[in-house]
Amino acid sequence: MPEQPPESGGTALADEVERTGLVADAVTVEIAGVTAGVEPARKRRLGIGAWLAIVWLVGLILAAIVAPILPIAGPNETFTSIQRAQAPFSTINETGGGTTTPFAEGHLLGGDRNGHDLLSRAVYGARNSLIVGFGAIGFGIIAGGLLGLVAGFYRGKIDTVIVGFLDIMLAIPALVLALSLTAVLRGRVGDLWILVIALGIISVPILGRITRANTLVWSEREFVTAARAQGAKNWRIMTREVLPNVLPAMFSIALLGVAVVIAAEAALRLLGIGLSITDPSWGGIINDGRDFLTQGITAHVVFVGSAFIFLTILSLNYLADVVRARFDVREAAI
Amino acid sequence: MDVVRTILGFLLILVVVVGVLGVLALAVGTRAGRKKLLQLVVVLLVVTFFSFSLIHLTPGDPARTQKPFATEEQLRPIRDEIGLNDPFLVQYKDWLVNFVQGDFGRDYSTNLPVKDAIGKQLGVSLQLIFYAQFLALLIAIPLGVVAAYRAGTWFDKVANAGAFGAIAVPPFVFAFVFIFYLAVQAGWFPTQQYVAFGTDPAEHFKHMFLPALSLAIGQIAIYMRLLRSDMIQTLQEDFITMAKAKGLTNSRILWRHALRPSSFTLLTAAALNFGALIGGAVVIEFVFQLPGMGLGLIQAVSTRQYSAVQAYVALIAVAFVLFNAFVDGLYSVLDPRIRHARAAA
Amino acid sequence: MIRWRRHERADTTAERFPTETLEGPLLEVRDVKTHFRTSRGVVHAVDDVSFSLDRGRTLGVVGESGSGKTVLSRSVMGLLPKKHVIREGSIKFEGREIGNAGTDEMRHIWGSQMAMIFQDPMTSLNPVMKVGKQITESLLYHLDISRTYAAELAEALLTSVGIPEPKRRLNEYPHQLSGGLRQRVMIAIALACGPKLLFADEPTTALDVTVQAQILDLLQEQQRERFMAMILVTHDLGVVAGRTDEIAVMYAGKIVEKAPTSVLFRNMKMPYTEALVHSIPKLADKSHTRLNVIPGRPPQLVNPPVGCRFAPRCPHAQEKCVHEEPPLRESDVPGHLFACWFPVGTPEGNEALARNRAAGVPAAVGRDGAATASMGSSAAELG
Repeated sequence: MPEQPPESGGTALADEVERTGLVADAVTVEIAGVTAGVEPARKRRLGIGAWLAIVWLVGLILAAIVAPILPIAGPNETFTSIQRAQAPFSTINETGGGTTTPFAEGHLLGGDRNGHDLLSRAVYGARNSLIVGFGAIGFGIIAGGLLGLVAGFYRGKIDTVIVGFLDIMLAIPALVLALSLTAVLRGRVGDLWILVIALGIISVPILGRITRANTLVWSEREFVTAARAQGAKNWRIMTREVLPNVLPAMFSIALLGVAVVIAAEAALRLLGIGLSITDPSWGGIINDGRDFLTQGITAHVVFVGSAFIFLTILSLNYLADVVRARFDVREAAI
Repeated sequence: MDVVRTILGFLLILVVVVGVLGVLALAVGTRAGRKKLLQLVVVLLVVTFFSFSLIHLTPGDPARTQKPFATEEQLRPIRDEIGLNDPFLVQYKDWLVNFVQGDFGRDYSTNLPVKDAIGKQLGVSLQLIFYAQFLALLIAIPLGVVAAYRAGTWFDKVANAGAFGAIAVPPFVFAFVFIFYLAVQAGWFPTQQYVAFGTDPAEHFKHMFLPALSLAIGQIAIYMRLLRSDMIQTLQEDFITMAKAKGLTNSRILWRHALRPSSFTLLTAAALNFGALIGGAVVIEFVFQLPGMGLGLIQAVSTRQYSAVQAYVALIAVAFVLFNAFVDGLYSVLDPRIRHARAAA
Repeated sequence: MIRWRRHERADTTAERFPTETLEGPLLEVRDVKTHFRTSRGVVHAVDDVSFSLDRGRTLGVVGESGSGKTVLSRSVMGLLPKKHVIREGSIKFEGREIGNAGTDEMRHIWGSQMAMIFQDPMTSLNPVMKVGKQITESLLYHLDISRTYAAELAEALLTSVGIPEPKRRLNEYPHQLSGGLRQRVMIAIALACGPKLLFADEPTTALDVTVQAQILDLLQEQQRERFMAMILVTHDLGVVAGRTDEIAVMYAGKIVEKAPTSVLFRNMKMPYTEALVHSIPKLADKSHTRLNVIPGRPPQLVNPPVGCRFAPRCPHAQEKCVHEEPPLRESDVPGHLFACWFPVGTPEGNEALARNRAAGVPAAVGRDGAATASMGSSAAELG
């Protein structure tokens, strides 16, 4: 028996109040039985959170770029004054051979067990992490984005093949694949390249899927049909019409991706699978400080490494959210 | 206690096999199901092929890298064992046949069959992942429900902000935080190592708690947010008002009426999250020195035992693929639209 | 003996049916206002509504979407959220003030004394809970009975609302039932504990026309058997025509006319009511007869206009209407209240209408259906 569909999506009350006074805030008064009501949406310019995130990231990037000329020690110079313990596995407490406070003069963040200045290692580590992060995601966006764009635009057999290919890449858990690729590339290329390639390859299928999903949505829009009716070639339509609409969504995902890659890079360096130990990196800092932590000497070194990772990922996540909200990107079903 | 272990292990394998086959059988009934089955086979083949080729992709001579100080004499039987004298595809076929039968090659640093090590490690890894997922759901569901119920209050805001922060922290960072404060300073838990359930259940859980918790926290944050957002929507539905109009208490409405329809996304996420859990488990096993598959893989990669690496990668990947196929099949069976159609029929 | 659970105060029949209140009206609503605080301002969804209802009687509340009728029913029943909602006025149920009662207090009343049927049975029933459970839940919660007895009661309830094969239906889910059956189930749930007052909020809007009459008949029958008061909220005059004792017409949050049903239809005073009645298409009309519509839309309720809220769309409207709000006053027929300066059928009213027609004022819609104007222009003209 055919039935009349209910009025717009919400409850009858919402419809009613919508017509009587509100459109965007019907939710505020919709009967929710048990909840106390939802706060009405407030539009603001970039909040303080977003600015903090931007400040951190920009500061980090700048510091990483001009690292050599910064007034800090070199990452591999040793200073006994901040060396935390004379012997790596000694259980002597802090007073046995080094400063007790992390903030000794000249060394803002103190030192690790080898006497390296932590601030310097963190800044140089930022270099590595950021290069890997943006490099890998850059690679992923170009390769994955291209695949996704083509798959979503042409559909049919090309789509099936590309999706199959991406699915196979997704069939192996990311970190396991990263480990395998590291093993394959080890010794053949520099550390940085290993990470960029390995993590880049891993990011291809995910970025490809998202690009494809977005492309599918946008390709169905009428302006694409219109462009086609005017005789535009496929390639032109793809780049001129579809791509500019897909990019904003990708921007948000890209930021998230960089965060994930940075976390993965830290994890890989922590595992110490043959990546250079002298090269400063956040994961390496944590690995260095591990023994101190488990032996109860101090958590400071691990803390410094973790703090940099955490703040960077948090900032990236936050900005990704802000970007997404800004561009009002619909979350396409993947 | 070993008997219990064996029985449990057996049951697990039984459940997995029956589950996968059963679901596949149901799925095969449809055309889409058959297509999926074909895809599954293709994926398995490609994945195993990739794993197999690792031994050739990695730099150096496959036999010599695994036993660097051996003479050519000593390497010959190894080359035979690995099958390096055969053409590539034959090697693959042989390796695959062995793999399916449970012969995972040999670790040439210890000279023991990989199968022995994996047998012990598999249980540890599965326990870690299962405990983590269980803990995550156990904590995330009440949190999500209460946050949704008190949406907009300070509790909700704190919970949300906390969750957002927690997502930004990699599991191993949590691991170190817990180790330092709860294990080293407070002494409530051990800092590392593993004790089997059979040996001492209390110690087993003490050793597994921090690792599981470290893995779980990130998941808790995600699950809580998902559930909260779903529940907020559900709570605005008419049938909730109706339940209120029946005079039922808030808690009853929350738990008996609102929770079930809202948990769909959550369960989907939990199921799809296993890939992240596997990756996380690898690192956590390393941090806590738990002798699981993750640690095994890391050690194999570190010591360049690529025959073992083949096995680890293949095993983990195959298990992952099968699990995803199982979940996929399960969803096509449980999907309410399909249930609808069946009910109407 | 059925005893009432969790209602310690109402354990004896004497307490449940206090004799003093058997005389007074069951429900007395006086000067109720319901305003919503939103980012756009305060929405005056319901303003100064008063009515009273005796046991066993039916009140029809009629109005367009946006008239406030749904908000009114939820407000009286107390189902609105606390946040951002301002409620004023007095609501007395059985002589007891419940307007400011907390949720805990209201929970004693909901389901057992007052019940509500919602518009869309598909969204109002829990999709993942069996029908039987949704009924017995209410029974087990309010009454001190065993599970088996509750199941029997549920079955009996389903039969009494006219559902065939009730035993089977108890184990089914809402999506397995047709729309009409679902609505019957909702009625069964609402009536399960024998409430004294039933709110029916657009009970037939989401249903097929053929099923509508059945449901309305069912409601009437149940009401008679149980001596239950009912408030029937709808936008469809046809629904209330033969089935209510009294009708209240709402517009823009206010009651603009209230009268016993026959009086209303025979002798309507508000031009709005007249327009509503005339907008119902009649069988006797020839095919292709233009539908009479009321031009324009209801006003924004964030800052309600000063004068009569219907003025912009009213064919009788004059200058006075725009600046002064007509009070609700009684006509010569007792019990008939209306709010209009130039009512239908009076000399002033007819004069006003003729004047408007002559001046070509757009909102002057006549019985011949020559309606043209839009809300915007007439509102601007009349300020």
